[in-house]
Amino acid sequence: MSLFHRIARSDHAPVRFLLDGVPCEGREGDTLLTAILTHVDKVRVSDFSGAPRAGFCQIGVCQDCWVTLADGERVRACTTPLTAGMSVVTGAAA
Amino acid sequence: MSRPQPLVVGAGPAGVRAAETLVKAGLRPLVVDEAPACGGQIYRRPLVKDERDARALYGSEAGKAQRLHGAFAALAGRIEHWPRALVWNLRDGRADIAVAGESRAVAYDGLILATGASDRVLPVPGWTLPGVFTLGGAQVALKAQGCAIGQRVVFAGSGPLLYLVAWQYMKAGVKVVAVLDAAPLAAKRHLLRGLALAPDIVLRGMRFAAELRLNGVMLRHGICDLAFEGEGRVAGVRWREGRRERHLFCDGAGYGLSLRSETQLADLAGCAFAFNQRDRAFLPQRDPSGRTSVRGVYIAGDGAGIAGADAAELAGERAALALLEDRGLPHAPERAADLERKLARIGRFRDVLEAAFPFPAQWAARVKDETVVCRCEEVSAGALRNAVRDFSLDEINRLKAVSRIGMGRCQGRFCGAAAAELLAVETGRGVEAVGRLRSQPPVKPVPLTLMPREAAE
Repeated sequence: MSLFHRIARSDHAPVRFLLDGVPCEGREGDTLLTAILTHVDKVRVSDFSGAPRAGFCQIGVCQDCWVTLADGERVRACTTPLTAGMSVVTGAAA
Repeated sequence: MSRPQPLVVGAGPAGVRAAETLVKAGLRPLVVDEAPACGGQIYRRPLVKDERDARALYGSEAGKAQRLHGAFAALAGRIEHWPRALVWNLRDGRADIAVAGESRAVAYDGLILATGASDRVLPVPGWTLPGVFTLGGAQVALKAQGCAIGQRVVFAGSGPLLYLVAWQYMKAGVKVVAVLDAAPLAAKRHLLRGLALAPDIVLRGMRFAAELRLNGVMLRHGICDLAFEGEGRVAGVRWREGRRERHLFCDGAGYGLSLRSETQLADLAGCAFAFNQRDRAFLPQRDPSGRTSVRGVYIAGDGAGIAGADAAELAGERAALALLEDRGLPHAPERAADLERKLARIGRFRDVLEAAFPFPAQWAARVKDETVVCRCEEVSAGALRNAVRDFSLDEINRLKAVSRIGMGRCQGRFCGAAAAELLAVETGRGVEAVGRLRSQPPVKPVPLTLMPREAAE
């Protein structure tokens, strides 16, 4: 179940991306964090305990929302705009 | 060869007004900011414009937000603006800047640091659970992304932002279950003194609290032993009021205890620091103009000490005037004196706010051993206490070396204050006696694939 609930921008254009291999839709203007958390409730697992994480500060300070893309690149979800065709893996330590 | 231009780090209220002031004097500063557009955190804009107008996004501060955005837009063509760019190091009069996939070394003559702030947090059980965000994070989700962090949301901690964010969520139609203020109700009497200094701000805060209460939001004061609970995501919050333990169900939570300054670059620039009692933190030393201990380096805004957005605009302009004076350019001394008077007045109001929302200093003695203090490296309070005892540590950088606290990806931004408080209590001293975490480049993670490029300017 999603963590985030949209209350604005419902008319923005859909942006398609892959979340753990599953086709999903975000919206134009989403950060990657928003796109992920409007579908599921975590972006990664902790390197140490394996506990789920979903970010914390949302302004690029805490570094808690780094996610792994399917091509191996790692990005900070809260400061990365969603772009069409992104493929995100949330089960990985990132 | 002509003199290099000044560098302004940050395009929030302080950075924008600093850049504007430099441009008026005929300079062409480089303005570097991590965000895609100016505004800082408080006047942050959605990535793509949406159906909400400035009033809906910024409330009573809409006019200020629009004026600041407008002022920066008017500088186009007269400054260099690098958005989505990170100053990750300062060395020998050059800034290493990560931008567009490469690292550029930029020489500057005059440096204005307007690096802002983020939420100050003391770790509590469950604070790493998905669904628990900082108060600022909860606000960014709402304002910049048009999303609520839950459907039954609790806001906890202290400080003016606690009530503002809760009120903004309520106004947006989200169910706010409770506002849990660590400050005792009696401390709010200090706000009466604030009425004389900043009546509009105090009255607005009182209105937020009154409207929250009228709409059925539970407001509690003097709460302690806060804990978030849930399996895999937040599902509830527990706290204590006196001897009474209380619990509520929730599916989202915002938490923060006022703000903390972003000071890493001032440290890398070599600025001397001193302990600031009001912010309960080590801050770069500065004079009323914003001059630091390093010639040609100036600081302004919340990155120099928490004072809010209005002060940041004034301080940004004041610091720029100091730079102009030091460069032998016209520097409007009367305007400078006026800015300093206004800043001093805001400073007196900050004293009131700190008294009304006091730092919960009892945290360090009460935090349980199993509580995770460092969310990056998952270092617990017990591990820190053991390290202090086993190695007879009394200084924060020694504690870092032994325990890894502050060594993770956030570089101590979210655990540093807590670790210092713990170390102080364990060694029976004031928090000012345990030192401060030294900053290291890169100040935030940068990709190893960044291509270095040495620029002439």
